[in-house]
Amino acid sequence: MARDEILRRIRAARVPAAAPAIRNYNRTGPGGVELFAERVADYRAIVHVVTDVPAKLRELLPGKRIVAPDVPSSWLIDGVEWLRDPLTIDELDGADGVLTGCAVAIADTGTIVLDGGEAQGRRALTLLPDYHVCVVRADQVAASVPEALARLEPTRPLTFISGPSATSDIELNRVEGVHGPRTLEVLIVT
Amino acid sequence: MGTRNPVTWLGSPTFPKAAREALADTQLRQNLRKATGTIRGRRAAAVAEMTDWENLRLAGEAIKNDVLSRLDTLLVQLEEAVTARGGVVHWARDAAEANEIVLRLAREAGTDEVVKVKSMATAEIGLNEALEAGGVKAIETDLAELIVQLGDDRPSHILVPAIHRNRSEIRDIFQRRMGISVSDEPAELAEAARRYLRQKFLTTRVAVSGANFAVADTGSIVVLESEGNGRMCLTLPETLITVMGIEKLVPTWQDLEVFLQLLPRSSTAERMNPYTSVWTGVTPGDGPSSFHLILLDNGRTATLADSVGRQALRCIRCSACLNVCPVYERTGGKSYGSVYPGPIGAILTPQLVGDMHDPLSASLPYASSLCGACFEVCPVRIDIPQVLTHLRAEAVEAKGRTAESIAMAAAAWVFASASRYERAQKLGSLARFIARDGRITSLPWPGSKWTSSRDVPAPPAESFRSWWRKNRGS
Ligand code: SF4
Repeated sequence: MARDEILRRIRAARVPAAAPAIRNYNRTGPGGVELFAERVADYRAIVHVVTDVPAKLRELLPGKRIVAPDVPSSWLIDGVEWLRDPLTIDELDGADGVLTGCAVAIADTGTIVLDGGEAQGRRALTLLPDYHVCVVRADQVAASVPEALARLEPTRPLTFISGPSATSDIELNRVEGVHGPRTLEVLIVT
Repeated sequence: MGTRNPVTWLGSPTFPKAAREALADTQLRQNLRKATGTIRGRRAAAVAEMTDWENLRLAGEAIKNDVLSRLDTLLVQLEEAVTARGGVVHWARDAAEANEIVLRLAREAGTDEVVKVKSMATAEIGLNEALEAGGVKAIETDLAELIVQLGDDRPSHILVPAIHRNRSEIRDIFQRRMGISVSDEPAELAEAARRYLRQKFLTTRVAVSGANFAVADTGSIVVLESEGNGRMCLTLPETLITVMGIEKLVPTWQDLEVFLQLLPRSSTAERMNPYTSVWTGVTPGDGPSSFHLILLDNGRTATLADSVGRQALRCIRCSACLNVCPVYERTGGKSYGSVYPGPIGAILTPQLVGDMHDPLSASLPYASSLCGACFEVCPVRIDIPQVLTHLRAEAVEAKGRTAESIAMAAAAWVFASASRYERAQKLGSLARFIARDGRITSLPWPGSKWTSSRDVPAPPAESFRSWWRKNRGS
C-alpha cells in the first residue's frame, strides 16, 4: 500500500524528462605507480615500492600473528604465525595484522579497492586487525576513479580504502586512527 | 499523514528567535568560525586540483535531474535488483511508518540494542527516539554522533553533528559519560571512542545505516565514511537495516564515477574519504545474512511536485553550503530547529514539512542573506537562492503580512560586525542587494523590528522589497 501510494505520488508530480548528462569530465589521468605512491602516502599510509614481496614481508612481519586469506604461498614466510579462516570475531580482533592483495587501486586518489576476490578474503578480515599490509601490483593501478569503477564488478562486496582509519569530527581536522586498522602499509610491486 | 514530521524539533522557536540566542553564545561562534574556516580553505584546495570540476558539477546535476524525472521506474528497478540478490525492500510514506518497520525488524531479530552508522535519514525521522520508546536502544557509532548522544545534545551540522563543540568540551563529555580520564588531544579522544565502542561492534546483532547512493540497475548500496565504524556496522552484525530517502538513487554504476569525485572533495575536502563500502543484497559468507532496505518518502514526493523546489532533492548532503554560509557561521546549526541546518536546511526542511503555516518552516527561507556562496560550492548546482526566494513567496502567501516572516527579510542583522559583513560580500553577490550607501539606519515596518536597536547593513531586500511593493497599497 505504501509502495503504490509513493509511486502514485511520484507520477503525479509530473517531472519533465531531463537532458542526458554530458560526460566531458576527465576519464583518465596521468596515473602511474609513482603518483599512486605519493597519494597513498599523503594520507599517512606507509608505502614501499618493491620488486620482491617475500623479502619485504620478512622485514615487516616476523614474530607477529597475521591473518592471511588465500594469498600466494610465497608470501607465507617463516617466522610468522599465520591465521587462516575459519576465524571467529574474537580471533580476528586478537590478531596483530592482516596481509592481503587488492582488486584495483586508484592513482589519482591514493585508493585501494578490495572486492573479496583472490588474496583478499571476506570483509571482516581486513577490518578487525589493527594493522593492514596490502600488496598492490603495478598493473592493478588505475589512473582515475572512472577507470577504476569500470574495472570493478559492482555486485561484489567492495571496500574502498584511502589511508588508515581517520576522523574529521573534532574541529574538522583529519585525525588518523579510530575504528578501522590504524596502520596501513602498502607494498607496490613493480 | 496527520502526525507532525519530526524533521523539525518539537517546540523549536522560529529561526530569528533561536538565532538571537545563538548569537549571544561567543564560545559557539568561536568554535564554528574555527571549524568552518578550516574546512573552507581545505575544500577550495581540494577542488582547485581538479581541472574538470565544473564539468563534474554539470554531470552531477544532470544525472540527479534524470533520476528525479523517472524516479518511479528507477525505484522499481532498484527494488527488483535488491530482491534478486536476497535483500528485502520496504516502503515508508512517512517517519512513523519507517520507524515502525525498523522497530519490528529489530524485535524479530530478538535484540534490544542496535548499532548505528551516521545517517541523515534516520535523524530526520527521529528513529532513535522511536526505538527507545519501543524498548530498543540505538547506539550511535560515528564520533560526532556519539559526542551529541553522550552530551544529550542536538546535531548542528549534517556532516559533523558536533561541530559546535571544541576539543575541551568533547573531553569533558567523554570524561563525564565514559567515566575515564582523557586529555583533549584529538588522537586521544579518538582512541577513547575506539575503546568505548569496540565491544558493541563485536557483539551487537543488528545495525542500522543510511545510504549515500543506491545504484538502480545493480541494486548496490554505497556508504562513505571515515572512521571504520561504518564498515563495522555494515560487516559484523547478522542483520543490516538501511533507511534511505527515495531520491538517493543513481541510474547506473558508471554514474558513481561522478559522485565519488564530487562528494569527498566537497564534504571533508579529501581526494577520497578513508572508507567507502558497497554491497548488493546479501553475500553468503561475507557480512550480514539478512538485509533490509527501507525506501523513505516523508515529504519527498511533495517536494518533487514543486517545479522550483524539487532541485533540493539533488542534494548529496556534502555540507559545503553550510561551511561557506555567513549566516550559518554566525548562528550555528541548532538555530534552524531541524536536523537539516544551513542553506540546504533552509530550503529542504520547509518543503519536507510541507506546511508554510508552521511558523518555524515559514521563517527558514529568511535565514539567508541570498549572497549566493552556497550555489557556488554546491557540487550538484542547487540554486539555493532561487529556491529561498520561491519559498519566501510561499511563506508570504500563507501568512499574509504577519510580522515574523516578513521581518526576517532583514536577515542582514546577522552581520552586525562590519568585517564579517565585508567577507560575506566577498563571498558572493550580496552587494547587489545593498542600499546605495551600503548601510541603512531604518527600515519601514516590519523591518524596523530589526533596525530599531542598531545600525545594520542593508538587508538582502529582494523579496522584502517586492513584497512591500506588492502590498503597501492594500
Ligand atoms: S545543497 Fe549542495 S552544497 Fe549543500 S549539502 Fe546539498 S549537495 Fe552539498
